[in-house]
Amino acid sequence: MRLPLTRAGRGRRAVSLVAAGALAVGAAGCAESERSSGGGSGSGESGGSFVFAGSAEPVTLDPFYASDGESFRVARQIFEGLVGTKPGTADPAPLLAESWERSEDGLTTTFKLREGVQFSDGTDFNAEAVCFNFDRWYNTPTGIAQSEDLSYYYGKTFRGFAKGKNTDGIYESCEATGDLEAVVTLTDPFAGFIAALSLPAFSMQSPTALEKYSVPAGKDPRKGEYANKFPTGTGPFVLGSWDKGSKVTLERNDDYWGEKAKVDQAIVVAIADPGARRDALISGDVDGFDLVGPADISKLEEEGMTIANRDAFNVLYLGFNQARKPLDNKQVREAIAHAVNKEEVVSASLPEGTEPATQFMPELVNSYSEDVKTYEYDPELAKQMLADAGQSDLTLEFNYPTEISRPYMPSPEATFNVLRSQLKAVGITVKPTADQWEDYLGVTTGTSKHGIHLLGWTGDYNDADNFLGVFFGTKTQEWGFDNPELFQALTEARGLSTVDEQVTAYKQISEDVMEFLPGIPLASPVPSLAFAPDVQGYEPSPVNDEVWNGVTVEK
Amino acid sequence: MLRFALRRLALLVPVLFGLSILLFVWIRALPGDPARSLLGERATPAGIKQIRELYGFDKPLLEQYWAYLGQLVRLDFGSSIRDGRPVTETFFEQFPATVELALFAILFAVVLGIPLGYAAARRRGEAVDGAVITGSLLGVVVPVFFLAILLKLVFAIRLDWFPTSSRQDPRIDATHITNFYVLDGLLTREFDASWDALVHLVLPAVALGTIPLAIIVRITRASVSEVLSEDYVRTADAKGLHPAVVRRRHVLRNAMLPVLTTIGLQVGLLLSGAVLTETVFSFNGIGSYLFDAISQRDYPVLQGYILFIALIYSLVNLAVDLGYGLFDPRVRVS
Repeated sequence: MRLPLTRAGRGRRAVSLVAAGALAVGAAGCAESERSSGGGSGSGESGGSFVFAGSAEPVTLDPFYASDGESFRVARQIFEGLVGTKPGTADPAPLLAESWERSEDGLTTTFKLREGVQFSDGTDFNAEAVCFNFDRWYNTPTGIAQSEDLSYYYGKTFRGFAKGKNTDGIYESCEATGDLEAVVTLTDPFAGFIAALSLPAFSMQSPTALEKYSVPAGKDPRKGEYANKFPTGTGPFVLGSWDKGSKVTLERNDDYWGEKAKVDQAIVVAIADPGARRDALISGDVDGFDLVGPADISKLEEEGMTIANRDAFNVLYLGFNQARKPLDNKQVREAIAHAVNKEEVVSASLPEGTEPATQFMPELVNSYSEDVKTYEYDPELAKQMLADAGQSDLTLEFNYPTEISRPYMPSPEATFNVLRSQLKAVGITVKPTADQWEDYLGVTTGTSKHGIHLLGWTGDYNDADNFLGVFFGTKTQEWGFDNPELFQALTEARGLSTVDEQVTAYKQISEDVMEFLPGIPLASPVPSLAFAPDVQGYEPSPVNDEVWNGVTVEK
Repeated sequence: MLRFALRRLALLVPVLFGLSILLFVWIRALPGDPARSLLGERATPAGIKQIRELYGFDKPLLEQYWAYLGQLVRLDFGSSIRDGRPVTETFFEQFPATVELALFAILFAVVLGIPLGYAAARRRGEAVDGAVITGSLLGVVVPVFFLAILLKLVFAIRLDWFPTSSRQDPRIDATHITNFYVLDGLLTREFDASWDALVHLVLPAVALGTIPLAIIVRITRASVSEVLSEDYVRTADAKGLHPAVVRRRHVLRNAMLPVLTTIGLQVGLLLSGAVLTETVFSFNGIGSYLFDAISQRDYPVLQGYILFIALIYSLVNLAVDLGYGLFDPRVRVS
């Protein structure tokens, strides 16, 4: 069956005839090819294909060895974990595990598994498969497989492997106590354990396929057949093909246990430039794309496209390097906080719908505190405080990145300009230092040679440790302070055995941090997706847990 | 001629060796750190140290180069730091895209450039000449990325005549054998796939081919003008040869030598212009991959790709030198 012409294809036909006239002559009268095509009637409502543009190619299709959003985007269609998220939130919810029970000491978790689930290779998903996966992660080979860019999330979450330089992890064992019951034991409590399992890195993968197509230990696991041709999970799609440098084609999994995909195919393409993604959607080359530039939203709406916002799960902040005087003076830091008008920063440089931040985590995180100290915009007070601190003619180096757009920082140059004028208004002279992203990261996080700076973080799962622990868990050159009490409090909070205990502890830490004021949380910008008007059923998720089985494309 | 070709090929070895040293030092002199670029915002010192050790970036520069040279001798160009894929594999996977684009760009430049230049020379001083000269001047000065964006804005977005990005409509399930998409479609009789690839090539090829077009027009005009005033052309006309024979045998053939040299030199320009064009049109060739490698400080990809490009550039120029003999029997390479 042939593909129907797309909207864009129909529009272009006349010119194509002229432009490619010579070829047309050659092609005329020749028989049609017999290859298959993506169009056609499937069992879903819409059938056809859904073409989505991300910003880069996936690095690997084995999600355990991935930490980039594009690999996870594809992995979420092919794989599922024991734990998912409630739609539209970051809260953990049952997925391949129907329920779980944790022991009082927080060390043992008993998972009751969903019945009747099979991997797409036809093998059963059961407790043995669960334990195979946990043991596989723990026994990650030494060398490149254990490096931070491959098994990043396992290293961060379980903190160690069976062998290698770091064996001080918290995983102890997994036991299949029944066909559909698995018991996972940790050596230390970790209240964020369940929430962390919602990460695609901890997806359940087919033991049969992994063994059949495995890579010898010591080799780069991303190069193997499994990660390129045979990733096998329980999700609503299966890999059709990965045409390197071009696209990933996913086919509907007709044996999926849940709501089957409505489109026959989902195709993921990489378009690096945000403007090019916008143009590709407007001209009909793709049906949707991620990471919409804030400046493009009105243009897309004018063209009749649909904009969908994710609830913010990130934070953008203005950091202070306390290794630089007088930023070690709390009065100076507070004065700068009073000089910053967050509302203006949001309206002038961040997408519509963004809320100013009061602390170093977004509102969706379970440990968000309503009682943190806030610093109202008051330029007069800021001037007074600077004078009291003997810093009336303060000069500050202000580092910011150029030519980069992050979900939490869509237009750093614009944000810098607003902040510079606000600081100037209270008598602070700003010495701007702009760098390209890689150099910027090197300067701000790898050296002490920076002053105030813009940075942020997008969270992975609903756990305050994923924000506060990441920022302030240890002494770093970015912040330039040594606060053993804070480091200790964060270490202790991480090891608490229940979520309730943890929430109380992190709320207190968040309040203490805002007293200490290592930086100014500016805002949690709203990330946007854009779709053609005929796309329906896409559910945005704050943690990008977006599975496309509900998507329809009416052509 | 064979000895000449072999000597030139042998000369390539020290050239590439020297280039490999220059590249090695130059790339490492760039600010930024591949390990930090790989790990992003929350890179820990331990993580960065681990990556540096893994890829040998912690070793003295000389030791690193020695190891790299050892790899090169075995024709192993290393693997990308970002995705672990061998440099040779990705290069030869993407190279057909760039070659296809460059071929169509040069085809566009030659097919339009030589007749326009010839017409301008024949009607020197007339309106046609003025228009061609002005047009070619514009073509030379307009930056490739500007033209690419302009073409995309007008012909892909406003008029919707051509696609905005990529090499082929992702909805088409085409079979790829050689990775030259137009050719693949013909070989597999998937003519709609071939057609679609051709339509996707139009705007990038025009954007990339405009500067070579303008240069070819100017060189052809100058060269043809010069040949037209030669005695042997006047003699040929005077002895009553058919004008078409004079044009083909005496004018064009003699005027083509500088044009051929220009086309050869354009290859380097096309490869560097392809980086920008491919980026604007999300055309997945070596240009866009190289662009990403620069921003991510992917040392093995940068080194390998630039060496490959230098090698190809040299080989094309050798081919051009050898081609002289075909156009002018008086030129004997030795």
